[in-house]
Amino acid sequence: MNTPGIVYNASLCLYVNGTMYSYDNYDHQMLSDRVAQFRGQTERYLDGKLSDAEFLPLRLQNGLYVQRMAPMLRIAVPYGMLSSRQLRQLAMIARDYDKGYAHFTTRQNVQFNWPELEEVPDILAHLADVEMHAIQTSGNCIRNTTTDQFAGVSPDEIEDARPYCEIIRQWSTFHPEFAFLPRKFKIAVCGTKEDQAATQVHDIGIYIVQNAEGETGFRILAGGGLGRTPVIGQEVFPFVAKVDLLTALEAIMRVYNREGRRDNKYKARIKILVRETGLEAFREKVMHEWELIKDGPQTLTEEEIERCKAFFVDPDYQTLEDNPTVLQSALSSNALFASWYEQNVKAHKKSGYSIVTVSMKATGVAPGDVTDQQLDYLAELAEQYSFGEVRVTHHQNVVLADVRQDQLFELWEKLRSKALSSHNLDLLTDIICCPGGDFCALANAKSIPIAESIQRKFADFKELQSIGDLRINISGCMNACGHHHVGNIGILGVDKKGEEFYQVSLGGSSRNEASLGKIIGPAFAQDEIPLVIEKLVAVYKDKRTDGEKFIDTYNRIGIDPFKEVVYANAD
Amino acid sequence: MPTLIKDGKVERNDWTLLKTATGPEILSAVPGKNFIVPLQFWRNYQAEISEYSGEFALWLDSHENVNDIAEEVHSFPLIALNFPAFADGRSYTNARELRERLGYQGEIRAIGDVLRDQLYLMSRCGFNAFELRHDQDADVCLAAFEDFHTNYQGTVVEPLPLFRRR
Ligand code: SF4
Repeated sequence: MNTPGIVYNASLCLYVNGTMYSYDNYDHQMLSDRVAQFRGQTERYLDGKLSDAEFLPLRLQNGLYVQRMAPMLRIAVPYGMLSSRQLRQLAMIARDYDKGYAHFTTRQNVQFNWPELEEVPDILAHLADVEMHAIQTSGNCIRNTTTDQFAGVSPDEIEDARPYCEIIRQWSTFHPEFAFLPRKFKIAVCGTKEDQAATQVHDIGIYIVQNAEGETGFRILAGGGLGRTPVIGQEVFPFVAKVDLLTALEAIMRVYNREGRRDNKYKARIKILVRETGLEAFREKVMHEWELIKDGPQTLTEEEIERCKAFFVDPDYQTLEDNPTVLQSALSSNALFASWYEQNVKAHKKSGYSIVTVSMKATGVAPGDVTDQQLDYLAELAEQYSFGEVRVTHHQNVVLADVRQDQLFELWEKLRSKALSSHNLDLLTDIICCPGGDFCALANAKSIPIAESIQRKFADFKELQSIGDLRINISGCMNACGHHHVGNIGILGVDKKGEEFYQVSLGGSSRNEASLGKIIGPAFAQDEIPLVIEKLVAVYKDKRTDGEKFIDTYNRIGIDPFKEVVYANAD
Repeated sequence: MPTLIKDGKVERNDWTLLKTATGPEILSAVPGKNFIVPLQFWRNYQAEISEYSGEFALWLDSHENVNDIAEEVHSFPLIALNFPAFADGRSYTNARELRERLGYQGEIRAIGDVLRDQLYLMSRCGFNAFELRHDQDADVCLAAFEDFHTNYQGTVVEPLPLFRRR
């Protein structure tokens, strides 16, 4: 394998079209310095000059885990945006350094499950060529900042969150004070009214809001999180001006770095600190730190905000009509296309355009898994139909955000030819699922086969559609990578005397009215799960009123009716 | 004797670090030395300290807060901040606060589990001296200060963030 070169000159890397951040010489320099640094660290490790324990946080901060089967490399996809060029590079890496697969995670990242340790510096250099990296995708540091996958194209947006995500990305990258936090730290920013970024269950959740004077700024929550002790974040700053974003974040981080617990890794997240300190006292500490740095040099400038915004301007939209005749006739003549349209296509802020979500949840395929050929194909489709860009979602799907309505049918036919036209978006079979026992060393139980067995049980599309919005999340252990706490139905793998069992919870949601699921009762064996889901769905269908979603019915009638039916003939 | 890097050069270390368990009798046993003492020692043995012929500096452990000695810091030529384990990041915050909140101008020395791959971060937070763990190769360590050409954040070394310099 050749050692790839690093491109220093930003002018070589300009995208033909697109609305992404593009690196200048500073960004390139930092990335190439990082690759060189990690190459040196890896060499010293392989030479026996760095111990396992010393190499561990260094490799984690470069996205490298050592898993059950092989190392796993997690690559950051800042705010979920990928260009066609980047997709092709990922495809190349999947082909040449992995087994022809990549995996989309639940945090808008991409993972490779089979790289060789020796080759990781080369992979990082290939990524750097296309302005990508694996920096801080694991370890006890500030992770990749995420946002709504419809940022910038959603009709209900207050402001595009991506420029602020980019500002936070730069601030958090190699932040010297916060490289060794008590525990991992996740930030999400949401600028849309309908929150799809699960903002409230992040260590810091940021909402773009308007105050009474009509000024746009941020409402900042802290202390949300999933994992062992799921918590909804609490408000620390009701409103901060845009220029104060970084100093406010820095103040929260400083209190956490100093006071977060380090004696017990299960109590080390900021949610525990906020709870043990009390919200008021925590807020006071943050304000005390903030006074010191507020209005100091870290205060953002209008110029910097404008500079970052300029990367996310609208692409060259044409002036088009909504609902063109080609679309109407395709919808009336092709029922399959019509189902896909209804489920996977969403309204766009610009007339004549739509947002398309490509479901990566075909039955029999591990949720989030994608082949090198599919990556290449998505790159091609993005170029043809969506200004050369895609977005990766928290639900492990891929979005083509700017598709002309008069090209939807054409696009659908192409997706169909590559088995990418599943029309199950947001339906019961659009399952969120962590890698689980098949890949992950920490797992108590498998999760991918569970997802598949449920998908097989609900193979009839008419039935799925009649069930409507129902989110199932599956995690293979308490670490909750599959976010089971916020699934309408959550499934958690547990270990009972060496056997794999599954605990089911109901009523979770990561939407605006975020809530955490309640455990329904004793855990089930693997082969019972599809039947349990079927019973839960039957209760819902029996009790629902017109237009009520699963979660609404649950909120109205509570857990008991579900419990009764599920455990009725348990023995 | 562990190696000391100070202001980018390998230097002789003429300070002696006192462990937390040490009592004041050490002072009468070895006259004329320069000691870096733990906070408790400083608080408890003021009388013995004032009679002693050598110099004193202070070291803080990672759970101790520099703001608790805000009044006294400027009287010390050196303050050492301990890394009980390299993955314990609290002393980074202490160093920044010492420089940025308290305006401390003296030497800030990293002690404890001080390794090559953290030196760059430490220096950006205001450390200017590094007592390396015994197994570290000082020459290899010197290269660490060149790991990156530039950074996004403003810090002690470069107060302006990149967006004000771009
Ligand atoms: S939830 Fe557990 S099993 Fe699943 S990926 Fe995370 S750590 Fe692994």
